[in-house]
Amino acid sequence: MKAESALLGTAGFAGFLVLCEAVPRTGIVSDNYFPPVTRIADALVTELSDQAFWTALGDTLTGWALGLAIAVTAGILTGVLIAVTPYLREATASTIEFLRPIPSVALIPLAVLLYGTELQSVLLLVVYASFWQVLIQTLYGVQDVDPVADETARSYGLGTWARVRHVLWPTALPYIMTGVRLAAAVALILAVTAELVIGAPGLGRRIAVAQSSQAVPDMYALVVVTGVLGLLINVGARTVERRALAWHQSVRGEVAV
Amino acid sequence: MKTLALRLFFVLALPLLLVIAWWFASDSSTDVYWPPLRTILTTFPDVWTGERLRDDVLPSLLRLLAGYTAAAVVGVALGTVIGSYRRVRAVCEPVLEFLRAVPPPVLVPVIMLFAGIGDTMKIAVIASGCVWPILLNTVEGVRAVDSVMSETARSYGITGSARLRHVVLRSASPQIFAGLRQALSIGIILMVISEMFAASNGLGFTIVQFQRSFAIPDMWTGILLLGLLGFILSVLFRLLERRALGWYHGLRDTSRRSS
Amino acid sequence: MLDVRGLKKVYEGSGRRVEAVRDLTFTVDAGELVCLVGPSGCGKTTLLRCMGGLLTPTSGEVLLGGRPVTGPPPGMAFVFQEYGRSLFPWMRVRDNVELPLKQKKLSPSRRRELVADALESVGLTDAAGAYPWQLSGGMQQRVAIARALAYEPDVLLMDEPFAAVDAQTRADLEDLVRGLWQQRGITILFVTHDIDEAVYLGERVLILSTSPTVVQEQLKVDLPAERDQLHTRVAPRFAELRTHVYEQIQAAKRGRVPGGLEETKDVQDAQVVKADTPPTP
Repeated sequence: MKAESALLGTAGFAGFLVLCEAVPRTGIVSDNYFPPVTRIADALVTELSDQAFWTALGDTLTGWALGLAIAVTAGILTGVLIAVTPYLREATASTIEFLRPIPSVALIPLAVLLYGTELQSVLLLVVYASFWQVLIQTLYGVQDVDPVADETARSYGLGTWARVRHVLWPTALPYIMTGVRLAAAVALILAVTAELVIGAPGLGRRIAVAQSSQAVPDMYALVVVTGVLGLLINVGARTVERRALAWHQSVRGEVAV
Repeated sequence: MKTLALRLFFVLALPLLLVIAWWFASDSSTDVYWPPLRTILTTFPDVWTGERLRDDVLPSLLRLLAGYTAAAVVGVALGTVIGSYRRVRAVCEPVLEFLRAVPPPVLVPVIMLFAGIGDTMKIAVIASGCVWPILLNTVEGVRAVDSVMSETARSYGITGSARLRHVVLRSASPQIFAGLRQALSIGIILMVISEMFAASNGLGFTIVQFQRSFAIPDMWTGILLLGLLGFILSVLFRLLERRALGWYHGLRDTSRRSS
Repeated sequence: MLDVRGLKKVYEGSGRRVEAVRDLTFTVDAGELVCLVGPSGCGKTTLLRCMGGLLTPTSGEVLLGGRPVTGPPPGMAFVFQEYGRSLFPWMRVRDNVELPLKQKKLSPSRRRELVADALESVGLTDAAGAYPWQLSGGMQQRVAIARALAYEPDVLLMDEPFAAVDAQTRADLEDLVRGLWQQRGITILFVTHDIDEAVYLGERVLILSTSPTVVQEQLKVDLPAERDQLHTRVAPRFAELRTHVYEQIQAAKRGRVPGGLEETKDVQDAQVVKADTPPTP
C-alpha cells in the first residue's frame, strides 16, 4: 500500500507540473504573470550557476540558523527556569499570554531603525518569533511531568539540578523537539520576510529585486528555492524529532521495567 | 476570596512590574529610538484618532477578515474532500507538502503580479497564507475519525451529508480549530506585510510611514496598537473556541482526571 | 427472523491469508435471546459485523426476515463494546439517542416520544441533558442501549457490551437486558466471552470453535424464564450447563473437531444438537 501511495503521489506531482506548464501556454493565464514550468526551470538553472545566488542562500541560512539557535537556547532555558522556580509559572502566565500573540512583524520598523539592513534586523525578528514557539512547547512539556515521579525523586534527596536532568528533561524532551520543529519553520518565514521587507541580504531580497526588475521567471525560480528550503527544513526537523523521540522512548522503556 | 485575590495578584504582578520598569528606565531617555514610555502613551490618543482608526485600522481588519474567511471556507471544504478519500490524499500529498513549505510572505511579490497593489492583492495574500494550516489540519482531523464511531454511524444508516455534518466535521473540529488558530497568527503577519510592502492605507502602511518620516513616538504607538490587536484577536478566538469546543475540553478534563 | 448460511470470511492482506470464519450456519427465531460464546480470537466480532452488514462475507449469506443483508439494515441495531468511542461526545445523551431516529424520517414529536421512552426503560431519564463523558461507564453503555432501543429494531446485536464495565455494573446491565427483552420481545444476539453471562442470559447458547470458526455446538438453556443473579447462578442446573459450555470451549481451544461429542450423564437432559444438523425451528 505504501508503494501505491508513492506512485499516486508521484503521479499527482507530475500532474501538477503538467498543469503549470499547460496553463500559461494555453493562455488561460498570461505568461507574463505565470511563466510555464520549463521557463522557470531554465531560470532556476541560471540562478544556480550565479555566485550571487549562493551568497544570498548562505545569508538566509545564516540568519535562520543563528536566530534559531539563540531562540531555542533562550526558550529552553527560560522554560526550565520557569518550571523549577516556585510560583514563577503563575506569575509569568499572563505576561506570556499577552506577549505571545504580538506579531513579530510589528518589530520591523524598529529593526529598520536600529539595525538597518544588517544581520541583526533579521535576528531580531527571527529570535522574537521562534522564541515563543520553543517556550510554549517547553512549558507544555514541563506541565506534563508526573508529580508522583517528581515527589519520588525529591524524597530520594535529589537536588534541583538532578531532578531537572532525570525527571523534567526526559518528560519535556518530546515537546521541546516539537517546539524546535515549529520554530525552525517560523524562523525561515521570518528570515525571508525580513529580507523581503527590510532588504537585508538573502533570498528574500533577491526575490524583491527580481520582482521590481520584472524578471518574472527568476522570481518564480527563487520562490521554488524557498519552497524546497522550507521542505528540507520540515523534513529534517521531523527526522531529528523522531530520532530524539526514539532515544527517549527506549530510555523510558528501560526505566519502566 | 483569598484564592481570587491571589490569582489576581499573579495575573497582574509581573506585567505591572515590567511596565513600571519600562517607564522608569525610559523616563529620562534622550535616545531617539527609545522615547520615554510617558511620551508614547500621551501620543497614543493623538495619533490614533477616531478618524485614523476608521481610515486605516478598519480597512486592515476587514481585509484580514475577508482573507481569513476565504481561507477557512476553502481550507475546510478542500480538506474534507482530501481527507475523506485515501487515494485523493495520496495523490495530493507531495504537491501540498511543497506548496505549504513556501514561506507565505514570499508570495506577496508573486500575487502582486496578478492583482496589483489594491485590496484584492492583500486579501489574496492573506488567504494564500492562511489556507495551509487550515487545509492540512482539516485533512488530518477528517482522516482520524474514530473507527468505532464511524461504524456506529454506518450501522444506524447515518451516511452522506448527515454523516459529514454530525460525525466527521464535529469529530474533526478540535483539529480544525488548531489549524484556524495557526492561520490567525499567519493572517495578522501577512496583513501587516502586505501593507508594508505596497499599500496606500492600513495599519502596516501607517507604521512604516511613521518610521520613514522618523516620527518615532508615533511609530511606537503603532507597534503598541498592533500588539494590542494581536492580543485582542487571540482572546476573541479563544472565547469562540471555548464555545464551539466546550464538549472537547470537558472530555479531555474527565479523561485526564481519571487516568 | 435471522438466518445465517455458510458464512465465511477470509482476510487477505500483505501476503497473509487469514480464514477467520470458515462456516457458520444457524438461525435465530423472532423474539429469541441467543448468546454466542467462544474462545478468544474465534471471530465472534467478525461474525457479528457480517451479520450487521458492516462487513461483507467472503461467501455465504445472512438473511434478515428472509431478505439478504448487504449493508446495515434499518431493522438492526448494534451495541458496541467500546461505549466511549461509540457515543458522540459533542452531543448530549438525549441527542445521541435521537440522532439515528432522524435518519428514519420520523416526526419530531414521535422522536421525542421514543427517546423519552428508551431513556426511561434504561433508567436514565435524569441524565438526558448530560454529556456522555460526564457519566460512568455503566451509564454510558445504558445510553448506547437506549439508543438502540429507540431505533425500534427487529434484531439487536450486542458485541461483548459488558466486557469493559466492572462486575457489579455488569450484573445490573445483564438484568436490564433480560428485562428489556422480556418486555419488548426484541430478538437479541448477544456475543460474549463470559460463559456465566451467556448461560445466565440466553435461551440458547451457540458455542463457537477456534479460528477457522464453525458452530461447535448449540445448547438449549432450560433454566426458568424468571432469572435473577442471586438464585439462578447457584442453581445446580446452571452449574451443569456452565460446566458443559466450559468443557466445550476448552475442547475447542485444544483444537478438537466438532462432531465427536461425548454425552456425559449430566447433560443427558439438555437438548444438545450436533453442529452438522440444522436445528428444527
